[in-house]
Order: sequence, then C-alpha cells, then structure tokens
Amino acid sequence: MNEFRKSLMVLSCGLVLAATAASAATALGPTLSTPVTPSRVTGADGFIPRWTLLEPIPVNGLTQSAVQAMVKKQWFPDQFTVIPKDGATETVGESTLTWHAVDTKLYNLNLYHFAYALKKPTSNILVWAVTIVNSPKEMKDVRLAIGSNAASVWWLNGEEVAAVYNDRQTVIDDGVSKRLTLNKGPNVVRAAVVNGGGATDFCARFLDANDKPIPGLTITLNEPK
Amino acid sequence: MDGLTSMRHKKYLSLALFAMPIAPVTTALALDGEPGIHDPSTITYDDGKYYVYGTGGSPLVSDDGWTWHRGTAPSRTGAAPDVIHIGDKYFMYIARGYAQPKADIFMIWSKSLDPKSPDYKWNDGGVVASSDGVEDSNAIDPGVFLDHTTGRLWLVDGSYFGYIRLVELDPKTGMQKDPKAKPINLAINCEASDMIYHDGWYYLLATHGSCCAGASSGYNIRMGRSRHVTGPFLDAEGVDMIQGGGTQLIGSGDRKVGPGHFGLMDLGDGVMKFSMHWEADLDRGGASVLDIRPLLWKDGWPVAGENPKEGVYEIHSVHTSTSLAMAVEGMPVGGGRMRQGPGLGPMGGGGPRPGGARPANGAGAGAPAAGAAAGNAAPGAGAPQRPANAGGPGAPAGQPRPGGGFGAGIFGGTGSPIADQTAASVSANWPAGDVPVAMNNYQLQAQEKWQLTAVPNAGGYPGSPYFKITIAGTDRALSATEDGELKVVAAFSGAPEQLWRLDQLADGSWRIMPKSQANEKDGMALSAVGASFPTLAKFDPKSDRQHWLLNRP
Repeated sequence: MNEFRKSLMVLSCGLVLAATAASAATALGPTLSTPVTPSRVTGADGFIPRWTLLEPIPVNGLTQSAVQAMVKKQWFPDQFTVIPKDGATETVGESTLTWHAVDTKLYNLNLYHFAYALKKPTSNILVWAVTIVNSPKEMKDVRLAIGSNAASVWWLNGEEVAAVYNDRQTVIDDGVSKRLTLNKGPNVVRAAVVNGGGATDFCARFLDANDKPIPGLTITLNEPK
Repeated sequence: MDGLTSMRHKKYLSLALFAMPIAPVTTALALDGEPGIHDPSTITYDDGKYYVYGTGGSPLVSDDGWTWHRGTAPSRTGAAPDVIHIGDKYFMYIARGYAQPKADIFMIWSKSLDPKSPDYKWNDGGVVASSDGVEDSNAIDPGVFLDHTTGRLWLVDGSYFGYIRLVELDPKTGMQKDPKAKPINLAINCEASDMIYHDGWYYLLATHGSCCAGASSGYNIRMGRSRHVTGPFLDAEGVDMIQGGGTQLIGSGDRKVGPGHFGLMDLGDGVMKFSMHWEADLDRGGASVLDIRPLLWKDGWPVAGENPKEGVYEIHSVHTSTSLAMAVEGMPVGGGRMRQGPGLGPMGGGGPRPGGARPANGAGAGAPAAGAAAGNAAPGAGAPQRPANAGGPGAPAGQPRPGGGFGAGIFGGTGSPIADQTAASVSANWPAGDVPVAMNNYQLQAQEKWQLTAVPNAGGYPGSPYFKITIAGTDRALSATEDGELKVVAAFSGAPEQLWRLDQLADGSWRIMPKSQANEKDGMALSAVGASFPTLAKFDPKSDRQHWLLNRP
C-alpha cells in the first residue's frame, strides 16, 4: 500500500506542480529557493536549512548492501571532499550534473520538488548534498540526527557517522550518530540520499549532549576564507 | 489451642527451617543463596549492603539484593520485626507475644546494621505498643511508616485478633509520641500490615489468609487506600478494610504459595520494588523464602510486577515504537516477495526482490537463485520456486487460496504457513565480529529477536540476577561500549558490559542497564535517542526514551 500511496502522492504532487509552475516563486519549486544571503542560522528546532545539492544520479537499490556499495563507488572526483559552489558541475558517466545551492522553507528539504523542478528523474536516484555548519565553539557529545526518504548515508568532516536503509519515510531524528565533537568553526556535513520511487526528502540537525536540538549554528555553503 | 493460636504456634515452629541452608537454585529466577526467612522486615540498605530481619532473629544480608546469606541477629529477637532508617539511626520494632492476644512491641536502635562497624550497637528503647490480652488487638507484626509529606512517623500493628491499629511515633526517638494517645483502628481480619504513600494517597497493605502452613497457607497481600493516614482505607470496590475489605496486590502463583509481609523498596528514579516472603517455594522444597518484586502503578493502585524471565523477546521502545536489532541486512520472513511489473497491481504475481538471488529462509549456499520468472520463495532450503502469479497448492490461478482469497500475489500469500525466521536460516550473511546496533520497525526477523538468559554466579540486583541478551539462536551478545554506545559482540564473554539489569518500571515497561553502569551514580540505561538508533544515556524517569517493552516475538 505504501507504494500505492507514494504513487498517488507523486501523481497529485506532479499535478500541483504542473498547475503552479507558471506562478512558482522560484525555479526550484514551492518549498525551495536559491539563497540570497551569505548564511542562515539554525532555529530553535535546529534543522539545517541550506544545502548544496547535485542533480540526481540514476541508481537502483535501497538495501544496506546496495546503498553502501552505491556510496562507495566513485561517481565524480573528490566526491567525499569537494565543497561545491552553486553552478559548478560534475561529470558522472556520460552526464554533466550541476550543483545547486538551495534554501528550504520547511524543516525538511524536499528532493522531489528539487528534481521535478529541474526536470530530472525523481525515482531511483542518488542525490549528494553538502553543507557547512559553523559552530561558535567546540561542542562535545553532540549527535547528528537525520531523517530521510528513503535511504541515506551521512558524513561529518569526512567520517561516516549515520545511515538509514531501505524504503522509509522521513522521520525526525530517525538515524542518529554516536556522540561526536563539533569543531569550533566550519564542519562539513555531507549526505547521499537514495530514493526508490515516489516522494523523497530529508532533514538533519545536531542534538546536544542532552539530546536537545542545537540552535544558533551558522550555515554556509562555503568554508570561510 | 484455637485455630489462631495454632497458626501463630506454627509460625514459631517454622523457625527450625532456617537452621538449614537452602540449596541454591542456579537457574530458577528466585532469590539466590540462602533466602529462607519468615515474616521479613522492610529491606534496609546500609553502607553497601541490604539487610532484612525475620521472626526469631534470623537476619539475611546481601551485597546486591539478589544473593542472600545469613546475618547476625540483633540484641533482641522476636516476631516479625520491621526496620526504618531515620537520620543516623536504624529503629527496629519487634513483637513479643505472651498468652495471645497479649503482646508488646519493643523498639531497639543502632547507628549501623553492619556488625563490623564501630557504630553497630543495639540500644533498648522500650515498648511502643501493646495489647493487654482483653482488648480487640494483638500487638504484633509492626509496620513502621515515615510520612515524607508531613515528617510524621507512624506504626501499624495487629494480627487477626481484633484490629490493625495505628499509633504515632516520634521520629527523633522512635518511641510513641504520646503514650496516652488511643490507637486508631484501621482494619480487621488481617495481619502483617504496612503503610506507604503515593501521589496523594495513603495505602494500607496487609496480609489476609492463614499463615504458617506451607503450601496450605492462604496468605495473600491486600490493600486499601485513603486520603488520610488515619483512614478510612477503602479497597478498589469501596469496601472499608475495617469491615474486611482489601484489593489483592499479590497471591500465590508461579510455583510459590502464600505471599505475606509487604515491605517497600524505593530505589529512586521511579523504580519501586517490594519485599515479602512466600510461605512455600515449591522449587525449594516448600521452604518459606524471601522474594522481591517490582511495584507498578495502574489507575492509582499498586500492582505486583514481574522480575525478568528468560525467553525470547522483541525489545520495543516505548518512545519510538521501533525495536532493538542487530544492524545487519534483514531478510523478509519467508523470503523476499514483492509485486512485480507494471499492470499487475498489488494483487499481482509475486516476484523476487531486487537482488532476489539472496537465499530465503533456510536456503544456504547452492540454493536455487530466484530467476526473473520465479517468486514467492517458499520456506526451507531447496523448496521449489513457485512461478510468479501462480495459485497456491490445489488452487488454480485466480481462484481463492487457503490463505486469503486475493488469489496469487503479495496479498494472497504463499498458500501455506510460513515458518518463523531463525538465525541459522539467515546468519550466513551476517558479518563476523562486532556489529552495530540499530532499531527497526519490527518485522519478526532473526536479528530483531533477543534471548534473555540469566547468568549464574554473575551477581544481580534486588530481585533478579544479571542477564545476557543475545540474538536468539546465537551467542552474539548485546554489549555496552566504553564511549557509552552499544554493539553486538560475536560471543558472550561474561564481561560486565555484557551483563544487563532489567528493572520493571511503574508503567510496566523496563529499564535496561549494563552491569558496568548499573551501580554508578547517574548510571546509563538503554535509550532510544533516534527511531533507528539506540544508545546509552543517563536514566531520566520523566522521559520515555529509556522505557522498553519485552514483547513475545
């Protein structure tokens, strides 16, 4: 039934998008926009609102083994280290894919809106996402807490720290990392989100040592010079 | 000798049992060591040890609340003592009977319960309550209660012959506050009373039925409650205990007969237990033994909980409604089946999952791979593959099948029962060595089913031994890590981080703590920090993150 629901959601969502395309506030759909400020700050709920997304890569599989194999494959140079700029491109196979800087109006980032607005596939896709979390001080025993539709793998400063697998909906604080240290200054959060069919989105935030959301983190798309 | 006199007489005769140590039962989940006692006092903690005193000066002492040994008798012995710790003193109340129902209750006190302590010295206080042999009272079976809401100290006493009576004591001296004050009658037809306070109510817990007759004893603990310490105490049906009312807290069961002599153990953080004796533990030859049970609360009434029992469980988070699992790639029970192809719809033919070459449910190496035209892998290695969209046994395609009536496909099932998934059937794909721990929506898969097994000679905690928690059918054991996280190790070693304490909480759920943390201040408990990720975190009684259900798998 889940697949049915997802199909219906996709259908209805597509109709809505088609109907409103002409009046959409931005080219990225109703919930997303291109950043116009240098930074954003996490609010009381701690969700990270700004990301740079690479256009979808066609893939297949949501199981742990399939997703782990998928993210370990080198799709483009420096895929675990690149700090992408808006408009930069990567060559993936025979395709040239573009990075897009994106702000979300919601707690989550709707990848279906993103892919649909760009006239890209929304099903059986892998989307890479990168953001910079600037912490005013070193914070120990924090956790990266994520939710995604569907599977996803997450890295903090180059280390894999969380993953969820299989067909699933976005649940706040679904996958949670072990206790981590957030460095003073910039910290790179990188994600690979894999969708099977239908709707796709993700959310992410940091929790403090008492498992409370961390507000006041400055989110940028590039490391400060 | 009337019936009651005979009963009390037997109570004293039963002391002879305690001279003989009771053989420990290493696998039974009852208290270990030498738990033989009759009419136990409230269990009292002093400097790292638990103490409990019974009729005839037969104390038991324990380092952990699980394994008990004979202790040192106090200076005065008698019937059914009770003990309370107030300030720097331990007050003990002990009854001495004469020609029934004439009796006195004496108080003695010491600054320590440990005979090796320089502060250990029992001092005589004097008589705090008595019955003259004529009045409707039998001043034995004291139960002492400090009302933390008022700071007032109370004593209840009595046994069948007349009333359970209430007198006020001085918390500084332990003696009767006003020797001229008339006792207040609270209940009849019971003995071994005690009182507790919880959430605006006073609860009078008393033992009904006959004692001291082994497996023929009718002892059972009943209760009433009142807004006032002086009563009236009404049971759940509204019957006053002074007219014989009483809602049962606990009766006989689980191969044990005749619970009596309630005593509260408040372990803090919302964890409450109670002590009692069984008149006859059938697993210990019918001896009278101490026991400790969780004390739960439901609709404003105490409920007797259960100590953890060995078995296979789903460990289910109250907070997230997901379940603890070893983080390996799961295999659907019965093998991978899913809808196939456009146009078939949900009732269409079953087909292999992506990667359907994975053997299903018992199929090991060499099992036939599910091909494009094969689906619905049947249980068991080498079972013939059913063609996609095919009917069940004896059911032509499109006709109702034994399992449902949807015809073939994912909604129609395989047409025959699907066996439980065992670890042996799927573990060939599990990694060796340490494996992370996750939480899943429970799907009855092998990596989600946990075996709880009591570990002999590993110590315990009030009421229970430590347990190992292993993936059912394997020796892969849940373990705490040094950094306060979790993992599943390849084999149980008996290390403290692999031993688990399970305390049933007031709502019936469980707190689960590793032994390596269980005795620490601010000890860490299994915690559902994320829907898919468990950790260890300081136990917070106000949160449900550390509340777990042990469901049958």
